[in-house]
Amino acid sequence: MKILVTVKRVIDYNVQIRVKADGSGVETDNVKMSMNPPDENAVEEALRIKESGKADEVVVVSIGEDKAQETIRTALAMGADRGIHVKASQEIEPLSVAKILEKIVEKENPKIILMGKQAIDDDSNQTGQMLSAKLGWAQGTFVSKIDLQDESVIITREIDEGLEKIKTSLPVVATCDLRLNEPRYASLPNIMKAKKKPIDNYTPETLGVDVSLRIKQLKVEEPPKRTKGIMVADVAELVHKLKHEAKVI
Amino acid sequence: MSILVLAEHNNKELKSATLSAITAASQIDESIEVLVIGSECDEVNNKLKNIKLVKKIIAVDNSKYINPIAELISPIIVSLAGNYTHIIAPASTFGKNIMPRVAILLDVAQVSDIIKIESPDTFVRPIYAGNALATIQSSDTKKIITIRPTSFDPASIEGGVAEVEKLEFNSDISCTEFINRDENKSDRPELGTARIVISGGRGLGSSENFALLNDIADKLNAAVGASRAAVDAGYISNDSQVGQTGKVVVPDLYIAVGISGAIQHLAGMKESKIIVAINKDEEAPIFNVADYGLHGDLFDILPQLSSELDKLNTIQN
Repeated sequence: MKILVTVKRVIDYNVQIRVKADGSGVETDNVKMSMNPPDENAVEEALRIKESGKADEVVVVSIGEDKAQETIRTALAMGADRGIHVKASQEIEPLSVAKILEKIVEKENPKIILMGKQAIDDDSNQTGQMLSAKLGWAQGTFVSKIDLQDESVIITREIDEGLEKIKTSLPVVATCDLRLNEPRYASLPNIMKAKKKPIDNYTPETLGVDVSLRIKQLKVEEPPKRTKGIMVADVAELVHKLKHEAKVI
Repeated sequence: MSILVLAEHNNKELKSATLSAITAASQIDESIEVLVIGSECDEVNNKLKNIKLVKKIIAVDNSKYINPIAELISPIIVSLAGNYTHIIAPASTFGKNIMPRVAILLDVAQVSDIIKIESPDTFVRPIYAGNALATIQSSDTKKIITIRPTSFDPASIEGGVAEVEKLEFNSDISCTEFINRDENKSDRPELGTARIVISGGRGLGSSENFALLNDIADKLNAAVGASRAAVDAGYISNDSQVGQTGKVVVPDLYIAVGISGAIQHLAGMKESKIIVAINKDEEAPIFNVADYGLHGDLFDILPQLSSELDKLNTIQN
């Protein structure tokens, strides 16, 4: 059985975001980039399933500019078997990402697709659900536990009210939450080995997918800044301020 | 122009996020219809009937829809989509689970988690955990939108005379079945709508120590929240998480206890009216967004806060 994992290269989660002065977007030059955090959980889960003997190949796919290959190499260094890079220099919306992934699925025939539940750059939270609907496969979103049985999966989902358990058949698209597992670090020997692992190349054009944008970004602004308040000396002063100044208790 | 709002409910009660979605819809057009998919949802329908902004309720009522399985619900919305220019749902785990399916089945690029409506095709949404706000314009003829509930006031439930139209639908799937739901019941206000929220972080040190927060929450009639670090450490369940990948809260008062203030946490609470930070690390970034900061050991401060609140209550009584 084959597992397909999707990974996205994003601004590192620790970087303080700076909005460009001309309002055209956020600064990405000379900014540290990393694998989207929940995508790391998706890679880790795929590797654990393979290590348990229930899968025999983990294929990692990324869509984006040349440097998306670095993100693929990170996943290969963690232990994935091979990569697929769909090269695109322009921005690709989740709708088009799902259509591109559908084409990759046609070529690869995986039984399980693991994805991050959202990318921490555009925070859209769409692609997994879209891919599942497009393929007509079962869907499990915001997943914090995956229990793979013979022909089905028991999935625990993190929902606003608590936890929900569902059972899905295979094939399935599952979007991973940060609590699914603790992603491993790549060891130096594995980083060296990953350099020799194969990466196939496509473009949206070679896959026959129209990626023209439906959503136009008119401007990007900084959110209103909060002004730093005051330090209070003790609890009595805090309660007094909350009661008489802020009037919130 | 006619707008369809997808109602979030638990078959008995309407979730307040639906009321926020109705308000958002009303900022686009007056012709609003609400779709209720569920099982024995009469109470939900009756509540919606009373909302003046709602023109019609479409009720798809069948025991197979008792749980909102995305694969089962999305075809219903797709089949009705022809009648509407906009389809709107809350950006809750309910709406997020369903709406992207509807969008791709209609070949539409979804607009997620909007906080403001500029015009029927132009919206503002936070990106990068709210560290930037993007104004975007959708060129799709049909708009599929999820709204951030805390950014739109709930529609008031009065003065409505909407009719309920029953609709039969036959969607069947075999790929996904519901097993169970483990909901955390609490007598305290709901985290997403509470007027006061007190949240704990890794600084609390254990799940037992959350009792210190619960005590204060009870005195303030507050909801209890948590940072991701506290949830990951197993101190408290996932539904309490505030932040980029958890819930967004906008209370009048947010008290952050033992939370350093990572940008991912700030994303979920920095719109709060008043922020209080209690932390033993003077350099903690949470102090940069706090209206009132108190530097010190939370294990000294929380019992003091509890007794100060007692004093306050005694004087008031």
